[in-house]
Amino acid sequence: MSIEIRNVSKRFGSFTALDDVSLEIPEGSLTAVLGPSGSGKSTLLRIVAGLERSDSGEVLLSGEVATGIAPQRRDVGFVFQHYAAFKHLTVRDNVAFALTIRKRPKQEIRERVEELLELVQLQGFADRYPSRLSGGQRQRMALARALAAKPRVLLLDEPFGALDARVRAELRDWLRRLHEEVHVTTVFVTHDQEEAMEVADRVAVLDHGRLEQVGVPAELYDMPASEFVLRFVGDAVRLGSRLVRPHEIVLRRWPDDGAVEVEIERIAVLGADARVDLVDGSGERLAARLRRDELEDLDLARGEIVWASAEPYLARDTEAGQALG
Amino acid sequence: MRRRLGLRAVALGYLLVVLLAPLALVFYRTSEHGLHPVWSALSDPDTVHAFEITLLATAVAVPLNTVFGVLCALAIVRRRFRGKGLLNAFIDLPLALSPVVVGLALYLLYGRTGWFGGWLTGHGVQVLFAWPSIALATVFVSVPFVAREVIPTLRELGNEQEQAAATLGATRWQRFWRITLPSIRWAVIYGVVLTTARCLGEYGAVAVVSGRIQGQTETATLRVEDYIQNFQTPGAYAVAVVLAAIAVLVLVLMTLTRPREETL
Repeated sequence: MSIEIRNVSKRFGSFTALDDVSLEIPEGSLTAVLGPSGSGKSTLLRIVAGLERSDSGEVLLSGEVATGIAPQRRDVGFVFQHYAAFKHLTVRDNVAFALTIRKRPKQEIRERVEELLELVQLQGFADRYPSRLSGGQRQRMALARALAAKPRVLLLDEPFGALDARVRAELRDWLRRLHEEVHVTTVFVTHDQEEAMEVADRVAVLDHGRLEQVGVPAELYDMPASEFVLRFVGDAVRLGSRLVRPHEIVLRRWPDDGAVEVEIERIAVLGADARVDLVDGSGERLAARLRRDELEDLDLARGEIVWASAEPYLARDTEAGQALG
Repeated sequence: MRRRLGLRAVALGYLLVVLLAPLALVFYRTSEHGLHPVWSALSDPDTVHAFEITLLATAVAVPLNTVFGVLCALAIVRRRFRGKGLLNAFIDLPLALSPVVVGLALYLLYGRTGWFGGWLTGHGVQVLFAWPSIALATVFVSVPFVAREVIPTLRELGNEQEQAAATLGATRWQRFWRITLPSIRWAVIYGVVLTTARCLGEYGAVAVVSGRIQGQTETATLRVEDYIQNFQTPGAYAVAVVLAAIAVLVLVLMTLTRPREETL
């Protein structure tokens, strides 16, 4: 099922959570909604699920206006950051919930639950209560539960936010593979740009309730549409009047057109790369990232004066790109 | 360790002096003169009737206040509306108000010259000095307990599980029966126990509105008072012991059925 968000705005008192957001999510895609906390990303997801009402604008599910349709009739699966496990039910009954209330035959429920528990690798845990599962297991159970009734859309609200780094990395991989298997239109919300870039086909960046950019991960990185996206997706440093990626900085020993004169403060070797801390004439600090061989060719030393310029990997010829670089 | 022992001694000592000693004395005095006077007091038709009235009032008040208490708690925790603070405060009114005042208020409302009393009497319904007024008084004084137990549990529960149930296709009704109620069941049960205890023990409001007619509008607690007034202390002890025994039984049952592990 495709999702179309048209001019959606939402305020909570004097706080603007969403400001005229329009976004199309194609059928079968895996889309990340990325933004810092308070950017409105969770609110957007909750509006799609029907858990929150927008003040204006509308959401179309499969081309049909969903405004006013209760969440239980939207055919969406929703996964919460803190799992929202039904604590008084076993894992089996949690997963079976959507089917039980639809009064499906017992045999069918049993088979579907077995199938889902296998999918989320919780076969041996069917009779446990959620309180006896780890965070990662609970979230996998919540996923199985959300998938039980074969929803047309899967919505995940910071699904890995409450988990530790190792489990999070595991589940990311796993979500990616799951999507390849199940192919349900999936939207997940995250504040972690690496997570968004790694898992999603498409990333929508939100800031202060406004949609900044939508694109495939490489587009966001190489052609950020705004200063916010440039800074939020990957690192950015200020060189003269421009914002550039640290690895785009080129250092030379002679002045060049548009190059900035800088002094080398410190050189730190970080495996294959090295970080060179620089300070320009006005005292502004920036860090360049160089490959080790580049560094050795230049034969730099602390305290030396060099000229820094930047060559973006792709020419940023968008309007915002020009403003930036 | 010493300090903790000291604290425990103070707590236990206090309970012993204030609660257990008087109660034990009642049990002791009841059996002092053998069981014959106890039995004759308990088998007295007026005593039996008094217990019937008490149980009737309890049977009316407990279900009513359980439903009302859960609804009120849901409204206070989950909804935003004008006058919420007022509702919250009003629930506690019966705790703050002396039952005698409650009785007097009912007396004024349902008496022959009261707002409702005149009309009801005109239609042949006798409220005052009959069991309906006893039930009303009992309902009034036992309002707060279920709501007061359920409100904090609901707050702690949050509404994420219900939202999850909604996205899984559960209607409002299914969400309540399958998610909310099972999650707050211990709070509800505890509230019911407290409500029952309060109903069985009600005295002040009932004393005002019942008319205390022996064998007709006398409750168990009024019966105790009656026995004392007539210097029939064995009878008073006997009825008191039955009331205390019911309360203890309910508490024991609840403790036994409550899951040992507090998972909810």
